[in-house]
Amino acid sequence: MTKKLIGLVVFLLAVFIAVPMLIAATGRTDLYYVFTSVALLSIASAGVWLTFFIGRINIGQGAYALMGGYVSAILIMYYGWSFWWTLPVAGIFCAAASILIGFPILRLRGVYFAMVTLILTEVMRLLALALPITNGAKGITSIPPPGPISLFGMTLVPDFATLQNPRIAFYYLSVMLMIACFAVLYRLVHSRIGHICMSLQQNEELASSIGVNIAALRVMAYAISSFFGGLSGAVFIGATQSIYPSSFTVTDSVNFMLNCFLGGLGYVFGPMLGTLVLYLGWNLLFSTGEFQLLIYSTAMIVLMLVLPNGLLSLGSFKRRG
Amino acid sequence: MSHILEVKGLTKRFGGLTAVNDVSFGVNEREILSVIGPNGAGKSTLFKLISSFLKPSAGEVTFRGERISNLAPHIAARKGVVRTFQETTIFRNMSVRDNVIVAHQLRARASLLGFFAGSAEARRDEVRFAESADEILSFLGLDAIRSELARNLPHGHLRALGIAIGLATTPTLLLLDEPFAGMNHDETMKAVAMVRKLRERGLTVLLVEHDMSAVMKISDRIVVLNFGEKIAEGTPAEIQNNQRVIEAYLGVEDEAIGL
Ligand SMILES: Nc1ncnc2c1ncn2[C@@H]1O[C@H](COP(=O)(O)OP(=O)(O)OP(=O)(O)O)[C@@H](O)[C@H]1O
Ligand SMILES: [Mg+2]
Repeated sequence: MTKKLIGLVVFLLAVFIAVPMLIAATGRTDLYYVFTSVALLSIASAGVWLTFFIGRINIGQGAYALMGGYVSAILIMYYGWSFWWTLPVAGIFCAAASILIGFPILRLRGVYFAMVTLILTEVMRLLALALPITNGAKGITSIPPPGPISLFGMTLVPDFATLQNPRIAFYYLSVMLMIACFAVLYRLVHSRIGHICMSLQQNEELASSIGVNIAALRVMAYAISSFFGGLSGAVFIGATQSIYPSSFTVTDSVNFMLNCFLGGLGYVFGPMLGTLVLYLGWNLLFSTGEFQLLIYSTAMIVLMLVLPNGLLSLGSFKRRG
Repeated sequence: MSHILEVKGLTKRFGGLTAVNDVSFGVNEREILSVIGPNGAGKSTLFKLISSFLKPSAGEVTFRGERISNLAPHIAARKGVVRTFQETTIFRNMSVRDNVIVAHQLRARASLLGFFAGSAEARRDEVRFAESADEILSFLGLDAIRSELARNLPHGHLRALGIAIGLATTPTLLLLDEPFAGMNHDETMKAVAMVRKLRERGLTVLLVEHDMSAVMKISDRIVVLNFGEKIAEGTPAEIQNNQRVIEAYLGVEDEAIGL
């Protein structure tokens, strides 16, 4: 218990104090964008992790990130919504869509489910290209930064446009959302719901013989997963102020899945660590030019061979037995 | 006496193969009824039909006067009809105790949201489940291995754990598919005594089993299937002397039916 508490405090100090101080000391404010991306991508990866948890390989999270991004962009640009309201709405929209999509496809298992989700990302990209409201390949650009949030006349969050450095604001926003999402995931996994999900993952027939409504549970997990994906996409377009059909592609979907593998499928915080390592690793290899992909892939293969249960299985980080 | 379970004209076809063909029988409350027959006779298929894992091609199953065929398996379980599996089917990567605790799903009073938020109701559920799991484990003589990971258990214990999982759902009618398979004589005798104790607890037990000496010892009545059809029904003594049953088993082994 206390060990967990210490871990949490260290983590909070690191993300809210150490990182900003480090960036201020080095003057590399561009790093805010890096860490914002890591936080947002790890939210989407957390969703993928949850579908792994019910025994499904999900290579379709990019579809929901893209969908969430477009929902937010369209509501802001065409309907004049506040950025803040579009966040929950984008998440819920994706969750609702995933319920419709999930009911038929969640019956598939293994490689069949994986293939369908992979195609889903591509379908979403083609939809974004074709639909009038998404503005085709030109995408939606010049999305205004988030406005202020005030309650009873008190300004809780200032207008991002008036900020000297909105990057810092996006960093804090993303990290707070990431913490909230992982808190939800942690609680889910460690409650009885998590145990039922594990029963589902291990044997669906037996789970239904003990009275678990497996179809409903699968759809529920998938909906939460897609909510995370949509939310992450929506914040992303706020930070980049634009969205294109290529903003989230099959490569992103695959990366979300790899983040989970790398961090460890047995650990709730696996996708967070996996995203950090993969994202930073990829960017650090940038200077190697044409060898970037080669080194990256080789390193991935070696890591998976050496640590098949992910980085967190190294032990000292162990959060979940 | 009216039957607790009624099987009427039950038929299941898989393509051209009729695995269960127009089978009818009734089961009395607190009865131990065995279903026997050569390999491939359709016994497991019959169990899957009764527990709603399969939808019948024709006929129906009624439990306490209510039609339960064509439901989803988790609904049939909620109504009290629970099956264990022919294979040793358990949650491999959980401890023995967690296997039984998680199987208490049907007894949960708190909602999923309640479990998520850790409501008082949910915490009470957790305590009840843990207590009941411990009770079931000691009833089946499994307390010594409760913290063991299920996948590391020897075969005999796996069978018992499968039954423990079934019991956790508080069934009214328990369908046991080959519960004694792979057990030695001593283990079988213990398991037979355990099934008798289940009946003392008020359960009705339907049993598929190839171990004829155990079947003859334990059953109140026996239903015999051959090529999907019911060829006989009666007490162990009647079945042992039934000409059609003897013929059905002659192709197999003479001593298979304990003659
Ligand atoms: N899902 C299925 N699809 C097609 N055929 C099936 C299916 N399930 C069972 N069968 C066939 O139905 C017949 C009856 O099978 P069932 O498993 O019910 O037999 P059983 O009496 O339980 O045999 P055993 O004693 O070997 O367990 C067999 O010929 C089997 O091959
Ligand atoms: Mg069988």
